Amino acid sequence: MSTLEIRDLHVEVETESGPKEILRGVDLTVNSNETHAIMGPNGSGKSTLAYSIAGHPKYTVTKGQVLLDGEDVLEMAVDERARAGLFLAMQYPVEVPGVSMSNFLRSAATATRGEAPKVRHWVKEVKGAMSDLEIDPAFAERSVNEGFSGGEKKRHEVLQMSLLKPKIAILDETDSGLDVDALRVVSKGVNEYKAQSDVGVLLITHYTRILRYIAPDRVHVFVNGRVAASGGPELADELEENGYERFLGAKEEQPA
Amino acid sequence: MSEPVAQVGGGIIDAPDSPVLDVDPGINATSPKIAPWELRFTSYDVEAFEVPRGREEQWRFTPLRRLRGLHDGSATAAGRIGVSVASGFGDAASSDLGGVRHETVGRDDPRLGDGGVPADRVAAQAWSAAREAHVVTVNEARSDDEPLTVTVTGPGEGQSAYAHLQLRLEHHAEAVVVLDHRGSGTVAANTEFVVADGAKLTVVEVHDWADDAVYVGAQHLSVGRDATIRHTSVTLGGDLVRLSPVVNYRAPGGDVELDGLYFADGGQHFEQRLLVDHSVPNCRSRVTYKGALQGVDGGTAAHTVWVGDVLIRKAAEGTDTYELNRNLLLTDNARADSVPNLEIETGEIVGAGHASATGRFDDEQLFYLMARGIPEAQARRLVVRGFFGEVIQKVRVPALRDRLEAAIEAELEAIGS
Ligand SMILES: Nc1ncnc2c1ncn2[C@@H]1O[C@H](COP(=O)(O)OP(=O)(O)OP(=O)(O)O)[C@@H](O)[C@H]1O
Ligand SMILES: [Mg+2]
Repeated sequence: MSTLEIRDLHVEVETESGPKEILRGVDLTVNSNETHAIMGPNGSGKSTLAYSIAGHPKYTVTKGQVLLDGEDVLEMAVDERARAGLFLAMQYPVEVPGVSMSNFLRSAATATRGEAPKVRHWVKEVKGAMSDLEIDPAFAERSVNEGFSGGEKKRHEVLQMSLLKPKIAILDETDSGLDVDALRVVSKGVNEYKAQSDVGVLLITHYTRILRYIAPDRVHVFVNGRVAASGGPELADELEENGYERFLGAKEEQPA
Repeated sequence: MSEPVAQVGGGIIDAPDSPVLDVDPGINATSPKIAPWELRFTSYDVEAFEVPRGREEQWRFTPLRRLRGLHDGSATAAGRIGVSVASGFGDAASSDLGGVRHETVGRDDPRLGDGGVPADRVAAQAWSAAREAHVVTVNEARSDDEPLTVTVTGPGEGQSAYAHLQLRLEHHAEAVVVLDHRGSGTVAANTEFVVADGAKLTVVEVHDWADDAVYVGAQHLSVGRDATIRHTSVTLGGDLVRLSPVVNYRAPGGDVELDGLYFADGGQHFEQRLLVDHSVPNCRSRVTYKGALQGVDGGTAAHTVWVGDVLIRKAAEGTDTYELNRNLLLTDNARADSVPNLEIETGEIVGAGHASATGRFDDEQLFYLMARGIPEAQARRLVVRGFFGEVIQKVRVPALRDRLEAAIEAELEAIGS
């Protein structure tokens, strides 16, 4: 059993006109075997939250805590966080020219598992995971994300999750840019990993579409750098119907 | 040479507003009607060149003081370079050369100059003053699995020497050659690659000099009808290394790829000045040079210079050319100059393009790899290896490829990244 606890998290980015606060006190707890959906308007800070947990150098935590099973995540380097069991499927996966997908996956698996996987098992494992996500085996020899379509990148993010087997997975708009078939395939990939592990999932999305495939236990409305409301799956339906207006109003009442 | 010959390019060409390519008027070229690149002066005679002062286009990037007198005649070249030829590479090398001939010849050997003519004073100095020349001739199609290794060893610390080497591939000959430069000292050299009609040369020229070494070399590539050259230039070591490859197409159908890899540390000056002279129709050229630089805080900067001149003369219809230079700045205190020049005198071409980019290490790439658990040092190595990948992959000698990869890893470890 694992727990990711985010307590009163405040995060800034450096801008031309000085530091700008993006996260203004986020509180959120995700346990193993739970799926939490985060929905919120563009620019509300969802990716900032995801990147801050993963340790992207652009973001500065000014206050608050992130704990994984009681361990202080903010003290860890980016690679240590991943090895501790955190995984971030990125909204915009990065291209790394000249590094083949297969070399990258093997290096990552070796690092997170603490030892190099046995070659024969590994080849089988990767092939199986790729075929589950309907990824052409030829991608293994291509450079990481280079020239991949938006949907192909997202499939490969889920591929990495299923191979690296995190305790907590944050999926930042993994459903954006997917056609209906791809959405089904990617959702199936996430659900299969959920079924065979105790992973806790934090699913950032704009659409209830994916929530029909990946059922959330909790839904959080993210507005202006914090969680404005939380509820069960029915909250997503309400958002679909009425939008964020009700929650945006609440923003004004809060002290700046 | 029995008689010094001075040559100024092929005549008057009307190209009034073409930008400057390589203006070095030398002594004979004064007519303003001559297009700038037609002024490119070549001569076998050192005295035909003025002593460079540092302002000249050809020399403006080179720290002349570090040339130890190679450029002004004050170097006392009492030393000797070593040249040895073997069949095979590394542990597999053998002195049984089969049909390959290695001769040491006098400077009056009529074959010398088949590759090209010196275009700067240091090359002319080496031409005029080298005591002897080494000619290696291949007149058969050798298998790719049996590379030839030519090892050039510097004269030793504190010593200077002039060198002249010619590699000849006769009609329809084929060979893979490793030209391995190592050792200490100060060297000015001419290296000729004379590739006859239908012949195919794959050569990897490695400059893995000791820290003290200074090497200034002109590479003259002569490309026969339908001949192919794959030239990879690797510069890893030396205090100052300056290479000036020139591609001379002798007849239509020539196909040349010039690849390069250089890795400069603090204090090192690595300079590459290329000229691909498309003077005849239907030839192809591809240039891909990649450099990494890492300076040390407070020390002298790591400095690389890449000047890539491609000219497509009026007669060179059907030319297909592309050149690319990319530099990766791994640390502060590093400076990469990159100057691509493309001069086009005819519109009847297949294609012509160039690109040049110099950038810092991409933190987003590093973050992405680390976010998958890969430790920082390994992530950096992956990115740098990936950066050089397309050049290294073309090195068709596996043992050499391993050595180059290991050398790059060692460079990266030196800054503890
Ligand atoms: N360097 C920066 N300078 C100024 N503002 C920045 C900078 N970096 C991020 N921001 C701002 O931070 C806010 C939050 O961005 P973030 O990417 O976290 O939003 P998001 O909720 O993920 O949006 P989306 O739904 O569009 O993905 C945005 O308003 C963005 O413009
Ligand atoms: Mg976002």
